[in-house]
Amino acid sequence: MNTADILQIIVFCALLIALTPVAGGYMARVFSGERVLLDRVLGPVERGIYRLCGIRPDQEQHWTAYALSMLAFNLLGFLLLYALLRAQGWLPLNPAGMAPVPPDLAFNTAVSFMTNTNWQAYGGESTLSYLSQMAGLTVQNFVSAATGIAVLVALIRGFARRSARTVGNFYVDMTRATLYVLLPISIVTALVLVSQGVPQNLDSYTVAHTVEGARQVIAQGPVASQEAIKQLGSNGGGFFSVNSAHPYENPTPLANFVEMIFLLLLAAGLTDTFGRMVGDRRQGWAIFAAMGILFLGGLGVAYWAELQGNPAVIAAGLDPAAGNMEGKEVRFGIVNSVLWAVATTAASNGSVNAMHDSFMPLGGMVPMVNMMLGEVVFGGVGAGLYGMLIFVLLAVFIAGLMVGRTPEYLGKKIEAKEIKLAMIATLTLPLGVLGFSALTLVLPAGLAGIQDPGPHGLSEVLYAYSSGTGNNGSAFAGFGANSLYHNTTIALAMLLGRFLVILPVLAIAGGLAAKRAVPPSAGTFPTHGGLFIGLLVGIVLIVGGLTFFPALALGPVVEHLMLGTGTFF
Amino acid sequence: MTRELRPAFVLIVVMTVLTGLLYPLAVTGAAQLLFPAKANGSLIERGGTIVGSSLIGQSFAGDAYFHPRPSAAGQGYDAANSGAGNLGAINKALIEAQAKAIAELRAANPDAPGPVPADLATASGSGLDPHISPAGAAFQVERVAKARNLPPDRVRALVAEYTEGRQLGLFGEPRVNVLLLNLALDERLPGDRLSSR
Repeated sequence: MNTADILQIIVFCALLIALTPVAGGYMARVFSGERVLLDRVLGPVERGIYRLCGIRPDQEQHWTAYALSMLAFNLLGFLLLYALLRAQGWLPLNPAGMAPVPPDLAFNTAVSFMTNTNWQAYGGESTLSYLSQMAGLTVQNFVSAATGIAVLVALIRGFARRSARTVGNFYVDMTRATLYVLLPISIVTALVLVSQGVPQNLDSYTVAHTVEGARQVIAQGPVASQEAIKQLGSNGGGFFSVNSAHPYENPTPLANFVEMIFLLLLAAGLTDTFGRMVGDRRQGWAIFAAMGILFLGGLGVAYWAELQGNPAVIAAGLDPAAGNMEGKEVRFGIVNSVLWAVATTAASNGSVNAMHDSFMPLGGMVPMVNMMLGEVVFGGVGAGLYGMLIFVLLAVFIAGLMVGRTPEYLGKKIEAKEIKLAMIATLTLPLGVLGFSALTLVLPAGLAGIQDPGPHGLSEVLYAYSSGTGNNGSAFAGFGANSLYHNTTIALAMLLGRFLVILPVLAIAGGLAAKRAVPPSAGTFPTHGGLFIGLLVGIVLIVGGLTFFPALALGPVVEHLMLGTGTFF
Repeated sequence: MTRELRPAFVLIVVMTVLTGLLYPLAVTGAAQLLFPAKANGSLIERGGTIVGSSLIGQSFAGDAYFHPRPSAAGQGYDAANSGAGNLGAINKALIEAQAKAIAELRAANPDAPGPVPADLATASGSGLDPHISPAGAAFQVERVAKARNLPPDRVRALVAEYTEGRQLGLFGEPRVNVLLLNLALDERLPGDRLSSR
């Protein structure tokens, strides 16, 4: 541990806390339909889009219509992206002459970007044309993030409204999220990144003749525009294979800091948006606090683990001072690699600036656990908070059971229907993670993807399906995921993890909106204090622990023990 | 039903044009105007030839140059095929590869002080890491000075000049850009490198 590391963590956390109410307040105005500063410029664009698409912004939707619109829009986005990837060989903006993406990889990639997972079975600079990167991946980076925000906003309206039939208009929420939130911030961020050295051009790859006389082909392209929304929209699919470890995606420590802030900014800000829209900002900060506690806990464990370095290599004569540098970049060192790894898996972003596969066993377990907790520690934009609100419902339900009262949250009675729907959403994760991992371990086609022998091989499988089902997208990248079997099953896990959560959430939103408010009484359990925060953290950890501890014990935990005894594979 | 779904068709097309074409093209235009060198990859030219990018590492094997970290990108520093080793911490292949790298570094730098710095024996995340740590550079000073027939202190002074601190005094780690350092070596401290190679 050194002071420079601790200082960087403190500055990061302080800035995030300071920006949360700024972003939260702005988004609350955007989704309440209030005027914002950008109205003058974007108002006409917004109205033009509505006219062109035949959207009537004043006409709100019942939750079923909202869900249907969301599904239709996502399905079309998927089909368009799939077609683009399959046809890229014949389309323009392909200076490197990339061939069409094979069907299974195109299916996996299209699902991956539509579900906001952004799992990379593809290698960016070696597979995709500039047109696929821009008109395909970048578009889904925007609209999948906007979809997550829209679903969350519908759920918030469910809590905030009394005896209402509708939860908003999906197309309006989607359009406003893109126009007023994602697009303007992305434009500014992209240019900041270019100022740090992230390329933004449409030229063919550069051929350099190196100092020692070799030929080096340097892949470039429109990187900055994708990088900005990749971080902001909790997407995470990189322009290059190695994602934000690549010096062109993440050239300087300052670029890295900016990318880390934007990785969490909207997810954190939405907790305050929630508080403002339900009329009690303390409720938002309570959830923020619960997320913050889980975040710092994970960060502490991972930082400690990576700082140790690998004892086997230290014994062979490596200087232990710098920690475990395998798979990490010198400009980031341990602290920025670990901070990123924890943030990116807490946030279901899934971009990486260091290779999690080569983390120390417990260092690699933290990102995995973040995903297994359901991506609710800040989580994906929108997705993280609606996931956490599911846990909130479970928490008030359990608290209600303990004292023998009908549970309430924000003045709404939480009844059997809400809890059943919440359980469907909660059980999706073990179904996807443990179900597909088990299948993978008994099928030769599944086992073929494992790179590392011994327990780390199991860790690779668990990580892959946690990442897919949690819609994270990061990987233990040694895992050979680009095969017919894994492309298909991981795509299914991603679909399951996305829509089997969204649909119950929207159903809960519709049901809650229709309910009358119950006035708070002396027996109402306050949901903004320390007791509730502690209960919520406990519920998240207990549900995750009961579900996944046996699997973790056979993977990273046993790896850690074997490292201690010097048993290698 | 169709009234709910019709907008989906048009909206995805509108979003594709807006966020997939107009947005990246507008950013490209602005970037090319504001930061042309950086927007085009921070390329380095010497005598009309592009010798690399200041952000992308490249291979150096000669004794008279500082060496970068081991690379798992393609056959090593393949900038069209970024990649990492990705081996787990209890994988024998990883431990053996690092032990071999440590032994080779020791043999190539017999006069180097202290244990082998971690970055020199481990592969980076991108396979294109342009930097080594200041300790990684100090480890190689004696070898480079010997190959160029120069007093080590002159090489050490150049390394100090090319050591970047934390950005804004706070962010990241101190580091040395290998390509920039080696170019400066050739330009400012050629020594009698040619005879010794």
